[in-house]
Amino acid sequence: MGTTGLPTNLTQGSRTKGGIGESTLRPDGVLKVTGEFAYSSDMWHEDMLWGQILRSTVAHAEILSIDTAEALATPGVYAVMTYDDLPTEVKHYGLEIQDTPVLAHGKVRHHGEPVAIVAADHPETARRAAAKIKVEYRELPVITDEASATAPDAIHVHEGRTDHHIGHVAHPNIVHRQPIVRGDVAAARERADVIVEGEYVFGMQDQAFLGPESGLAVPAEDGGVDLYIATQWLHSDLRQIAPVLGLPEDKVRMTLAGVGGAFGGREDLSMQIHACLLALRTGKPVKIVYNRFESFFGHVHRHPAKLYYEHGATSDGKLTHLKARIVLDGGAYASASPAVVGNASSLGAGPYVIDDVDIEAIALYTNNPPCGAMRGFGAVQACFAYEAQMDKLAAKLGMDPVQLRQLNAMEQGTLLPTGQAVDSPAPVAELLRRVKAMPLPPEQQWLTAGEAPDVRQLPGGLSNTTHGEGVVRGIGYAVGIKNVGFSEGFDDYSTARVRMEVVGGEPVATVHTAMAEVGQGGITVHAQIARTELGVTQVTINPADTQVGSAGSTSASRQTYVTGGAVRNSCELVREKVLEIGRRKFGTYHPAWATAELLLEGGKVVTDAGEVLADLVDVLGDEAVEVEAEWRHRPTEPFDLRTGQGFGHVQYTFAAHRAVVEVDTELGLVKVIELACAQDVGKALNPLSVLGQIQGGTVQGLGIAVMEEIVVDPKTAKVRNPSFTDYLIPTILDTPTIPVDVLELADDHAPYGLRGVGEAPTLSSTPAVLAAIRDATGLDLNRTPVRPEHLTGTA
Amino acid sequence: MRVNFTVNGRPQEADDVWEGESLLYMLRERLGLPGSKNACEQGECGSCTVRLDGEPVCSCLVAAGQVEGREVVTVEGLAEYAKQRSEHGGCGTDSCNSSRTAGTSLDEAKRWAARGIDSQTGEGGELSPVQQAFIDAGAVQCGFCTPGLLVAADEMLERHPNPSDADIREALSGNLCRCTGYEKIMDAVRLAAARQSEEV
Amino acid sequence: MDFLRPASWEEALAAKAEHPTAVPIAGGTDVMVEINFDHRRPEYLLDLNRVGELSEWEVGEETVRLGASVPYTRIMENLRPELPGLALASHTVASPQIRNRGGVGGNLGTASPAGDAHPALLAAGAQVEAESVRGSRLIPIDDFYTGVKRNALAPDELIRAVHIDKADGPQQYSKVGTRNAMVIAVCAFGLALHPGTRTVRTGIGSAAPTPVRAKAAEEFLNAALDEGGFWDNGRIITPSVAKQFADLCAGACNPIDDVRGTASYRRHAVGVMARRTLMWTWESYRGTDRAARRMGGAA
Repeated sequence: MGTTGLPTNLTQGSRTKGGIGESTLRPDGVLKVTGEFAYSSDMWHEDMLWGQILRSTVAHAEILSIDTAEALATPGVYAVMTYDDLPTEVKHYGLEIQDTPVLAHGKVRHHGEPVAIVAADHPETARRAAAKIKVEYRELPVITDEASATAPDAIHVHEGRTDHHIGHVAHPNIVHRQPIVRGDVAAARERADVIVEGEYVFGMQDQAFLGPESGLAVPAEDGGVDLYIATQWLHSDLRQIAPVLGLPEDKVRMTLAGVGGAFGGREDLSMQIHACLLALRTGKPVKIVYNRFESFFGHVHRHPAKLYYEHGATSDGKLTHLKARIVLDGGAYASASPAVVGNASSLGAGPYVIDDVDIEAIALYTNNPPCGAMRGFGAVQACFAYEAQMDKLAAKLGMDPVQLRQLNAMEQGTLLPTGQAVDSPAPVAELLRRVKAMPLPPEQQWLTAGEAPDVRQLPGGLSNTTHGEGVVRGIGYAVGIKNVGFSEGFDDYSTARVRMEVVGGEPVATVHTAMAEVGQGGITVHAQIARTELGVTQVTINPADTQVGSAGSTSASRQTYVTGGAVRNSCELVREKVLEIGRRKFGTYHPAWATAELLLEGGKVVTDAGEVLADLVDVLGDEAVEVEAEWRHRPTEPFDLRTGQGFGHVQYTFAAHRAVVEVDTELGLVKVIELACAQDVGKALNPLSVLGQIQGGTVQGLGIAVMEEIVVDPKTAKVRNPSFTDYLIPTILDTPTIPVDVLELADDHAPYGLRGVGEAPTLSSTPAVLAAIRDATGLDLNRTPVRPEHLTGTA
Repeated sequence: MRVNFTVNGRPQEADDVWEGESLLYMLRERLGLPGSKNACEQGECGSCTVRLDGEPVCSCLVAAGQVEGREVVTVEGLAEYAKQRSEHGGCGTDSCNSSRTAGTSLDEAKRWAARGIDSQTGEGGELSPVQQAFIDAGAVQCGFCTPGLLVAADEMLERHPNPSDADIREALSGNLCRCTGYEKIMDAVRLAAARQSEEV
Repeated sequence: MDFLRPASWEEALAAKAEHPTAVPIAGGTDVMVEINFDHRRPEYLLDLNRVGELSEWEVGEETVRLGASVPYTRIMENLRPELPGLALASHTVASPQIRNRGGVGGNLGTASPAGDAHPALLAAGAQVEAESVRGSRLIPIDDFYTGVKRNALAPDELIRAVHIDKADGPQQYSKVGTRNAMVIAVCAFGLALHPGTRTVRTGIGSAAPTPVRAKAAEEFLNAALDEGGFWDNGRIITPSVAKQFADLCAGACNPIDDVRGTASYRRHAVGVMARRTLMWTWESYRGTDRAARRMGGAA
């Protein structure tokens, strides 16, 4: 049968060593620039059907009836399914709490919740049929904030909760609560010479990856299903999909199709189960591709938050205490909310030394859109608040804001409010020093030789709103702390299968993992690791699938650390086996086989003194060496539910930004001129990719600072801007130059000393921009994104 | 309905086209050319950018029936298109002859070159200069925006061989990228321009 | 759905007469979005791309006859001297890809208050050439917009061209969006000085149910300029006159709160843009005026 767009092996050679530390190029680069790289939406199968999801038009309602007769009778329609058609007793899924119905049952809890699914022979037929399904709703009052969620008579968004958090929350509409308590805040408060308080609001951000949710489910002859899908974690999907289908996990064979970005938005399931259900029901391959409108409803968003902060300091600028309360809106389903609460609370004090701390973070159940993972994961919201507080405190003390931060900066050995010591380099003060030392961009770059200014260099850009009038420059700084890897006792392992053999007279390594390559460049790094460890130039990367053990999620800045660690570990095991073969074959010819430390380099076995013992081609001969092994970083432990104490995180990562903005103070329009970043990456395995991560993360932080927000109507809980016309992400004309200063201070606990890179720049970018806008305008801005209304008193 | 048009130099015929279909759908689902990407279907992201009779347009906003008898170039045909152009006398505009007043010197641009690294998949094959520059400069991450950006950037360099940074930004302002923060895309276009001017 | 492909203007008019519900499609930048997102399923799509003369323009003595489908890119590149306000407005339209396809005819046909061309057309002075098999007529731009996304066209009429008065003085155009490119107007403002008639015309976008002129502001400014002899003496407009003009422009708005901006912000921003565009155009007028006088003296 004809199928196109199947993932293929990627084979990459190298003229240089091509190992770690070099900026080798992406093995999928040529496919991506020629249009041949197959994304999940590009898959095609002979006789395939198109799936369509009918979603709720209201946020909170009882479903009185669903009538699918007319839809089913539509020519070209092969199946229509509702909750009643689900094949097994398992009808819910979820990352941590299985609270999300595969299709709505009796009730919808948010705008855009899936109610029914259709399969038809053309997407337009499927759309028309879905529109013919009649759903009768009886609307319920909507719960949209903490007050309405925790009112004594509030409707419980989820009735009869039995999850493991219900025992420690004050109200069933609170998903999870995590206090972090250390020292004696009341006593410390007495020592404070100045106290600053603030209430901060963080808007709902969308991941806005460019490749909408999509996939192809192909029913198999053995009753199982083959699913080609864009996701962040194949095995987590599998664990949730198989029980709903009533299939053992080995009959749901998943392969990673091309992924058009992720940023946390593909941690939860979207259309996976729906496509499989329709494929198994119709016996035909089913493809589902969300359009942009649906994508806004098809994945979770970044938690909007309200944050209440109080910091105290002595008159010389030393922080005395912190009291904070962080309220995250988790929306209708739990998704990753509990872990986001853990991050927001445990990192809520920022990268500062504060001995006396009282932090509480909660996530709510509401009827707003479900929120979960997005780059920065709870630490982003907290950073926005504590960095605003640092500026406020500096102003009140009459101190330089960078100096205040440096004075209180944590360093290696500092105890976090969780009681955990930071046991690797924490160059917070140094990162601030570096961004501050970078040269400032020239002033008034819009001036030209001619009379007319270059409006592209001005706030408003091509819209021609100012020729320099009202434009004021501002500068702001921020620094943040993010954890790397899954925390709180999670068994955060990865698996790598590495094979070495002679192909065409040359030793070749093959790396097979289930790691989701979502654009970050993990596959580039895997090839580099294999070259470094195995001394080969040719490396083949197999498509990621569930035929190999779990790699864990492509999130939490963890893949280079954990799956990179797994690849290195498996390479080491392969190397041992290769050396065993070598000793067996050649050991008698040279004593060094038994006595020296042996390496694989340049296709040869060499001693650590550089003496060549054998060619790998001769050692391997016809033999192939293959190892599949799991690898885990050191364990963490859960935070104590009352005090938040515990060895919760495995690694920390730090970035600092300096933002230079120009604000049209009359119109409230902002142009970010430059966003300089300094970040410690431990060891840059691929410097080019590291820069790409830092710059990309920086711009996502810029987006939430000045334009990005999913707007939810507080009266109806309906999303008002589910489109790229009204949910704005930065264009290339909104984006500044982003000079980056990379530090490499090794973390001795991590493979090669590396530190996760992807998320830290998303933390500090936003508060740096806000600080710069405050500097330019003198306004006390407490929410992000900041809109023109907020800068002109017309909100 | 039936639509006849030329794609990447070859005559194509699509049958049973629904009247509301876009050029993008027709390319992707009927002609087996999924290189043009569908990321918004409302002309906001530029991922579906193709050249229609030479002009960069969003193929999601062109009705399939509107391309009857017209010429379309997609990312799949970009390398060949660039090759034809260079074989048939350069950029075809008089700006080729103008002296450099803006842009990036080759020495500067070389800083982003691959530093001696190649790969089996990173060399060989026929790539246009802008395609090669996107790989070399690290301008590709998830790659979903890449096809549209390449078509737009290639057309801009054809018109404007020595663009200033502001010119590049303006020309690419209709192409959203969510991964790179655009810095490496700027590098790639500067690199392609510098290599192009070295060849001239 | 049927796809009608007239090969000539006459065929297009006949098709529209036969199928008055047919939706004309040229650049597709509005219509295709509605079709892609299932917001619209017209019975007939009437493709105007094959009608070549719609993409042509003629520069006459007094006016430019601009074909309905002339892409914004062409206006920016070719008609900046004659239609400076519209050229500036064209440059603010979406992205290069959209500007290569969209034209003023589509803006007028959709008649969205957020259409970028409207304020420039209102300020310059224009007439919409509408035609049907019954005949042709010129609709003054001031009478064209009849409601939210409604216009003065009869069901069987198509827009053939727009006759825009050639600039006889400086023109400016500003648009506020919350992004530096590719953005729908939160509000927009066009202003044209007409030294020939010693009048000022304005246009406001996205700040009322339809595009509107700030007529009270125009009258105030016309009188103030006249009284002070400004057109002759080229003096700097006083801040109080500019402020009063800006306030009256803001007062001409009847905006709403929506997801793109608050009503209060729109009023405020229109005032700021009115003041700035007045200053830019007036400075330009004074500059050219002085230059003209110097040249006259030299002769």
